[in-house]
Amino acid sequence: MKKILILTTALTGFAFAATAEEEVTVMSWGGAYTKSQVEAYHKPFTAETAIKVVSVDADNPATPIKAQVEAGNVTIDVADVEFSDAIRLCDEGLLEEIDPSILPPAPDGTPAIKDFIDGAIQDCAVANIVWSTVFAYNKDNVKGTPTSIADFFDTGKFPGKRGLRKSAKATLEMALMADGVPADKVYEILNTPEGVDRAFAKLDTIKDDIVWWEAGAQPPQLLADGEVVMSTAYNGRIFNAAVAESQPLEVVWDGQILDFDLFVIPKGAPNKDNAMKFIAFATSTKSLADQASYISYGPARKSSGALVGMYQDGKTEMAPHMPTAEANLSNALVNNFEFWVDHDAELNERFNAWLAK
Amino acid sequence: MVDATTNPTNTGLTTADGKPLKAALAHAQARSRRRAFLLVLPLLLFIVITFIVPIGQMLKRSVYNDGFTVQRNLTTGEKTPIMVNLAKWFDENPAGTEPDEAAFAALVEDLKQLKELRAAGQAGTRINYELSGSRSLFTQGARKAKKLQPPYKEALLELNPKWNDPKLWQVMRSASSNFTGTFFLAATDRTRDADGNIQSVEENRQIYLKLFWRTLKLSVLITVLTLILAYPIAHLLATLPLRYSNLLMIFVLLPFWTSLLVRTTSWMILLQSQGVLNDAMVAMGLISDGNRIQMMYNQTGTVIAMTHILLPFMVLPLYSVMRPINPSYVRAARSLGATSWTAFRRIYFPQTVPGIAAGGLLVFILAVGYYITPALVGGSDGTLISNLIAFHMQKSLNWSMAAALASLLLGGILILYWLYDRLVGIDNLKLG
Repeated sequence: MKKILILTTALTGFAFAATAEEEVTVMSWGGAYTKSQVEAYHKPFTAETAIKVVSVDADNPATPIKAQVEAGNVTIDVADVEFSDAIRLCDEGLLEEIDPSILPPAPDGTPAIKDFIDGAIQDCAVANIVWSTVFAYNKDNVKGTPTSIADFFDTGKFPGKRGLRKSAKATLEMALMADGVPADKVYEILNTPEGVDRAFAKLDTIKDDIVWWEAGAQPPQLLADGEVVMSTAYNGRIFNAAVAESQPLEVVWDGQILDFDLFVIPKGAPNKDNAMKFIAFATSTKSLADQASYISYGPARKSSGALVGMYQDGKTEMAPHMPTAEANLSNALVNNFEFWVDHDAELNERFNAWLAK
Repeated sequence: MVDATTNPTNTGLTTADGKPLKAALAHAQARSRRRAFLLVLPLLLFIVITFIVPIGQMLKRSVYNDGFTVQRNLTTGEKTPIMVNLAKWFDENPAGTEPDEAAFAALVEDLKQLKELRAAGQAGTRINYELSGSRSLFTQGARKAKKLQPPYKEALLELNPKWNDPKLWQVMRSASSNFTGTFFLAATDRTRDADGNIQSVEENRQIYLKLFWRTLKLSVLITVLTLILAYPIAHLLATLPLRYSNLLMIFVLLPFWTSLLVRTTSWMILLQSQGVLNDAMVAMGLISDGNRIQMMYNQTGTVIAMTHILLPFMVLPLYSVMRPINPSYVRAARSLGATSWTAFRRIYFPQTVPGIAAGGLLVFILAVGYYITPALVGGSDGTLISNLIAFHMQKSLNWSMAAALASLLLGGILILYWLYDRLVGIDNLKLG
């Protein structure tokens, strides 16, 4: 009896010790991107609030959310997800709503709701960055200079393997743009059966040369290894490999597809209050601007733009590497989340069937 | 004892304390049976909870989906019926009835409720499984439902003409009942048209039957390959003196103890087009730099890596039946004039069949459900059905579809197991 008493006392003691340490678990995409968030958000957040941030990675943080929420065993408090996933998960009631009034105003007093770019604040999600899917090539392995998305699909002019994300999203849009569809007509055409056929027909032309990737950290690796000569990639990953790791990689902005990454809180998150605090802190003007000095993703707040200066090496100007820079937008597509929320299942099914053929 | 059973009267044998022997024996046996049952009870409970119940749930999910009938509040766990008005209309009107104003009024009423409950996405997703592009129909409809004025049919059609699609009404009718065979149809590349007739899906969307077939083919191939590789190894292990064979056994077991991921990625490093093997062949001048052989991210990669990973599962059962085989049988056959081939075929081989049966079954069943290796090295044409199940579990989040595919896989395996039992006989199986 006495032993049990000692044991339970010890256990309660541990339990108290555990709750005394406040924490919040943030799930993101890994690699250079998570690193930029650790530097710009997690460390300053812990320094200010003494709440420990636990960082976890996934190939796509949206995928574990449904399983966790439905099983009633949610282990993550904040997840960093793509636009269409944020909308879909919110519609299905899997996310907590986020009151925009918790977001701090801009330094000049502009309320957050006006400071964020259009669409960056949703019922259950707050955007932190604007990123884009671009294609990049290895300067050492490509003869000549690819300049347009059509060059990516032209294995006659630029021989060699191509890396593409193993997913219908972005792949089909790029195929259409390479086939000569102007950016503003892409979704209109992709909404018709003929348009889908056209995109797959274009993909057919390079199918044998494609190496498929799934995690964002793979394309810079594939390019650096020479396993592929060109690859689609998240633009920040290429920037990181090219500038921080001095790899001979070059981004082609033609045909880039812009998208938001947003913070969401799964329903039933164990540290919901801390999660709210974290999101408010991380999407403040300064935090967003800080992140942009670690990786070339555009901040989702207008007021952060002016604060973005040099890369952490102190000599690389960040502005021209941003997907939102004027020069990079000449042929850019903005991801249509509504289209993908609707057609994700159908097109991925077709895509899988096409892959297996 | 014989007396006691044939002559159950008081004159029968009794125990020392005067009870009839038969009753005392039955009592003692019942007690020991109870004790034995209590001993296996934890295992029984464990199997029921971790095996039988989840499989039952999976089977249920493959034919049961209440996404269009019930909304579950995830915080309170409260369940609210949805789409009730529409379900009532479906009950009152037989299949194939042209939706009238009453139907649209019921629909609008339900859409309003969806908006309040934030369930439009859930209901739309359920319909979207069968009719792509209809999800936004529900989210948009629910957003605007409050402002709609009668006549509702015109109002909704003005909002989106898709509401008049007969296929949509067919799908909504079938979804308003919780039990459905739709997912099994879809899992065999079939669908229903607007009139409810079963037909194949368009050719460029057929995938599942092809993948089931490929999974079966590759699993058989891998089983055969492991058998060819493992048989001589096991024979060597069984015939060498113990101190050498133990050392060799470690070589077989070492990869078995290594993490699956490590072994798979090692194969990637070896076989990729800029990998060790290709580099070596280029350096030796066997192939030119431009013609490197693609051995990874396709079927070849899947077969090579899985054969290696599953090899120990074949070696160990074979070894365990070969070890006790008495070498003097083969010697006797030889001394009676059999050639070495005849001695092997008639004497040695038949004695190893139980090991082949066990190893073959083990490797085959593991291969059919293999997931990680094909996902990593399969590329586009080396993926198996389990990868599609994972896709529906993790990415498309269509769990009913995943359950239907998994149920078909389970059913297929059980049929194969039954065939196997008829052909080889499960009693012939020996795991060691």
